[in-house]
Amino acid sequence: MSRLSFKGISKRFGSLIANDSISLSLEAGEVMALLGENGAGKTTLMNILFGHYEADEGSIEVEGKLLPPGSTEAAIQAGIGMVHQHFTLADNLTVLENIILGTESLWSWRHERSAARSKLAEMADSYSLAIDPDALIGSLSVGERQRVEILKALYRDARILILDEPTAVLTPQETESLFVTLRSLTDRGLSVIFISHKLHEILAISDRISVLRRGKIVASLNASEASRSELAEKMLGAAVTRPQLEAMEPGAAILSLQGLNAYSSDKLPLLENVDLTVYAHEIVGIAGVAGNGQAALADVLSGLNRNISGRLELHGKSLIDAGPAEFVACGIGRIPEDRHARGMIGDMAIWENVISEDLRSAEVSKWQIFVDKAAAVKRAKRLIEQFDLRCKGPLAQTKLLSGGNIQKLILARVLSPKPDFILANQPVRGLDEGAIAYVQEQLFAARKRGAAILLISEDLDELLSLCDRIAVMYQGSLSEAVPPAARTIVTSSAL
Amino acid sequence: MREAQSVQIEARDHVSLMRVSMAPILAILATMVICSVLILWAGVSVVDAYALLFKGAFGSLFALKETFTRSIPLIFTGLAVAVAFRSKFYNIGAEGQLYAGALATVFFGTGLVNLPAYLMLPFLFLVGALAGGILLLVPVLLKTRLKVDEVVTTLLLNFVVLLAVSYLIEGPWRDPMAMGWPQTASIVDAGVLPTLVSKGRLHAGLIVTLLAALLIWLLMRFTVLGYEIRAVGFNAKAAEFSGVNINRTVVITALLSGGLAGMAGTSEVAGLKGYLTLDLSPGFGYTGIAVAMLAQLHPLAIIPAALFLSAVYVGADSMSRAVNIPTYIADVLVGVSVLAILVSVMLTRYRIKWP
Repeated sequence: MSRLSFKGISKRFGSLIANDSISLSLEAGEVMALLGENGAGKTTLMNILFGHYEADEGSIEVEGKLLPPGSTEAAIQAGIGMVHQHFTLADNLTVLENIILGTESLWSWRHERSAARSKLAEMADSYSLAIDPDALIGSLSVGERQRVEILKALYRDARILILDEPTAVLTPQETESLFVTLRSLTDRGLSVIFISHKLHEILAISDRISVLRRGKIVASLNASEASRSELAEKMLGAAVTRPQLEAMEPGAAILSLQGLNAYSSDKLPLLENVDLTVYAHEIVGIAGVAGNGQAALADVLSGLNRNISGRLELHGKSLIDAGPAEFVACGIGRIPEDRHARGMIGDMAIWENVISEDLRSAEVSKWQIFVDKAAAVKRAKRLIEQFDLRCKGPLAQTKLLSGGNIQKLILARVLSPKPDFILANQPVRGLDEGAIAYVQEQLFAARKRGAAILLISEDLDELLSLCDRIAVMYQGSLSEAVPPAARTIVTSSAL
Repeated sequence: MREAQSVQIEARDHVSLMRVSMAPILAILATMVICSVLILWAGVSVVDAYALLFKGAFGSLFALKETFTRSIPLIFTGLAVAVAFRSKFYNIGAEGQLYAGALATVFFGTGLVNLPAYLMLPFLFLVGALAGGILLLVPVLLKTRLKVDEVVTTLLLNFVVLLAVSYLIEGPWRDPMAMGWPQTASIVDAGVLPTLVSKGRLHAGLIVTLLAALLIWLLMRFTVLGYEIRAVGFNAKAAEFSGVNINRTVVITALLSGGLAGMAGTSEVAGLKGYLTLDLSPGFGYTGIAVAMLAQLHPLAIIPAALFLSAVYVGADSMSRAVNIPTYIADVLVGVSVLAILVSVMLTRYRIKWP
């Protein structure tokens, strides 16, 4: 008897078939990966399992017993635990409080903290998920918060753990330690459903892989027999060809940093003596473990941090005192790391977001006072077509777009004015294979027309395949940028 | 292990326009149902009480004039709150800014400046707006420079201003001709707002406030500045990244918000009383928050929202004279209606799933 089985699950939203008679089973002690592009139906299936949606057809059985549809409580009772991509923790409560939140009856007169505390300590110990129960969530790193989410599910006696894109927010080290945790969980008989579109991670962690495309299971295979290219082909329905870097002579120096120092608002040093020149027709990569100053460098090159000294020049013109508006005006395009928090204003329409960087330009404003909505909508229409944006139109609210489409919208806004220098900070993080190829093509096209590009990434494979030169960031300092032929040096100092 | 038998709240897939426009109406109906318990408690027929309230607010020309007169300061303060809340600056200090505007009006209007009426009235509104705006700059700078919470500072400044008014009208600014009453001298004739209809208190402040609502709507909807104010309110980080000057936008928003509240002060002094006393405003600044919430921060919706709350106050006054229900029922009605609107707005976006 399987731990969990889906039997012919179908779910339609209007004319869209999100899940098309899906049958799957999960055995005790195994990691099953659910692979698929954004919109393939992975999340819908998991929402049906967790009781957020009711399936139109089909049923789910846990240990041979029918799971009542549409009830989250029943799902939890049956031992299903879900770790969402966006954590559902309260920042101002402690680890322990977050974990017991919702398990205590509203009507009990006193907390039963000591029992909870010892249960948590026991779990943390046996699964080697060390965490301070009294730490505030707000003070924890992303990896630690994920650990709390997992503990929260285990505390509710989960036997089946669903992890939705668990590595999207983690550094490579944190991913490594998550995998160790997952292994120790499955050794104790837990079953894990691992949702991702990162092929190499899926191959590394899972026992079996099910590939979803357009709501259907198109392949189920053992991880030991699968290859990366085969999985990508199954997932996309066609062989995916990532663009290849075309050899090109670098042109004139576009951006140059010399002896650049940056400080935080409380005067702590963030960057020390950074030297870097990026030439036309060139992509320079910044490698390194997160938290070594990449964010600080991105802030400086976005015009957000003005506590800087040294030289920062574009075409030989100093930008040391400039802010974001001047950066954009003089030809710097910036693709931010956090596309939801910084890249877009979700509550505004698409046409409003495409003009956010040049509100007072002659094209989209009248006398720099009035917003020229007609012109902005026209621009939005043009960009939607040109960048193949899937949306209801220029008037649609931006937060309704999928992650990949939001990134396309940011690319459209940033690349369409043809900037001379482009800062691309984690531009493909969390995107599916098709969208990744698209973003990379766009960056290559910009390089071809003569832009200088600085690419910040934690994914070494990405850097090695995309960059003309790579520099490593470590504790606020930047190494010399060298061609990826010297890749051994790069990998050894980055890890 | 016990499991929580919880009610779940889920986001709706899409929010229909029908639902959005029905929300305030249903909220008002719910308010009337809830408050009818209190009316029954007072031993009065619910139908009679609401009929009397309605008659007191709209039932005669006099009632209508009173309702409109009372709505003037509420439109101003409602706009003040809406503009600030739109950019996520929580200005709870419209009451103090109203009095600051009134202080500036009597300072310049009682003989210090003499202009013909067509210049004097715009001038008084201008100084009233400046006084309100400058007063609000203090919490704004404390917030942008030192990250001091504006809810606390704007709220506490209300009491500071009221004490200052109290000092001035008991002391240096007291009118020696007022036979010992704590009030300032009257403003000059050129500074008095004309009445709109004969016999009654309805004054030209109504036109100014309706114009203000229209202008604020145009500003928010069609201008680059309005875009920036909304952008800062929705997502300040993204706005800053795009090149919006956050501090500048917040300062301008504060000047607008404080200015509108200050104009409420000018309008009350120049349109109704002619001088300043400590009871100039029975809490118009606070009721402005209710107006803004009821209007869901939309500048044009402020007008019906202010008229509704004004009708509640005026109608409850008249009802309490006719039957044995204290006028405090008006405060309860307003309070419950704000809660009801908050709940109904939430219900337009989310649905509740019972276990």
